[in-house]
Amino acid sequence: MSGPFLSRGFIGKRSQDGPADRVPPGQYLTRDFPVLSAGPTPHTSLDRWSFEINGLVRQPVRWSWAEFRLLPSRDFTVDIHCVTKWTKLDTQWEGVSIDTLLETVEVDPNAHYVMAFCDGGYTTNIPLSEIIGGKAFVGYQYNGAPLAPEHGGPARLVVPALYFWKSAKWVRGLTLIEKDEPGFWESLGYNNHGDPWKEERYYGDRTD
Amino acid sequence: METELIKDEVVPRILEWQISTVVKVRLETQNVKTFTLALPNWTAHRAGQHYDVRLTAPDGYQTQRSYSIGSSPEQRGEIELTVERLEEGEVSTYLHDVLILGDQVELRGPIGGYFVWEASIGGPLLLVAGGSGIVPLMAMIRHRRAVGSNVPVRLLYSSRTYEDIIYRDELEMLHMDRSGLEVFHTLTRARPQLWDGYKRRIDMQMLEEIAKPLGKDLKAYICGPTSLVEGVANGLVTLGIPAVQIRTERFGPTGTT
Repeated sequence: MSGPFLSRGFIGKRSQDGPADRVPPGQYLTRDFPVLSAGPTPHTSLDRWSFEINGLVRQPVRWSWAEFRLLPSRDFTVDIHCVTKWTKLDTQWEGVSIDTLLETVEVDPNAHYVMAFCDGGYTTNIPLSEIIGGKAFVGYQYNGAPLAPEHGGPARLVVPALYFWKSAKWVRGLTLIEKDEPGFWESLGYNNHGDPWKEERYYGDRTD
Repeated sequence: METELIKDEVVPRILEWQISTVVKVRLETQNVKTFTLALPNWTAHRAGQHYDVRLTAPDGYQTQRSYSIGSSPEQRGEIELTVERLEEGEVSTYLHDVLILGDQVELRGPIGGYFVWEASIGGPLLLVAGGSGIVPLMAMIRHRRAVGSNVPVRLLYSSRTYEDIIYRDELEMLHMDRSGLEVFHTLTRARPQLWDGYKRRIDMQMLEEIAKPLGKDLKAYICGPTSLVEGVANGLVTLGIPAVQIRTERFGPTGTT
């Protein structure tokens, strides 16, 4: 067979076509905010909630909910891309930049990755360099209201540059590690890195 | 961490796109069709997994969607994708309105390693479906039958009307043959005159009636719209089922914000 495969009779609705520089390959736009989780939504009361940074840092740190809410926060408007193909533009959040959190600890120079850990046991791995420099935050307000539990509330990690499974719901902390290791979906057939612009959806996907 | 999600061993495999051929089309309900696709590079899936379908237009425009596999892994060389036609859908309307026997479809898979069940995982099993959320659960039910497993299964299936029940005759047959699969329907909108099943949205009382005989060791798989999945998962936790025994998958059209 010569040339690329064409789907007979397919033209495409394209009503959901977005700006090409904001919709990665294979994605379509949605106005909804779909909910995807592997198990039941955890419900941790705020007085039992904490956020920790541990692993390769000089002094691990842990904030209660009240302490976390006193950290300098800011507003973020970001596009999010789910591996299940939907993209949502201009989502509005309030939260604490990962930079702000890491300023409070002395990061060991050997730390190259983080493993996010969560209520419910979910984990996900991300290169440290891809969550610093304003690239990621812990969000607790969405559209001006407290983040709903099914969307990861009270707080979720948000890493807009990677597929949204990396934006761990119900996040409770980050462990800094030297060597990369797969998190939950990363050990179940999904891509270890997850860059939507390279369409790194599943194990072995790469564009180079 | 108080709990740890169970990670099954999976052998990673690079997923290549391949061109399948439509060998059968079956109308399941007025807006649900099953497409049987013959695959040149078929590999056995795990019941509950899905495939990605990619459509390409003459000008190079492409779009992709994921569809659950309804067939069992024992149905070799082909897969069945059961697809609900969504009025606004770009891919489902193409599959329903354009695709015919002998056409080709580009796809890759199988994908997904958590919302899966195979006989070796055991039971007892509680399956809860809403609408087209039945599809991955049907793969589990068919797999169980194909391998002769006697794991007890209770399926609670919520549909709008009697006519909207997907796989209705097959489920009826499986229920009647007393192989340890019990099927319970609830119809949320309209019922036939002589309906003796449930007549409301799934609630705690219904869940308790269905789940209790299976005991606390049950393994639950829930698939459907977000509201159903959230309600049933939370309900099972309330009934004392450990969260790690409850696996969920959202299915169907995207809900409201």
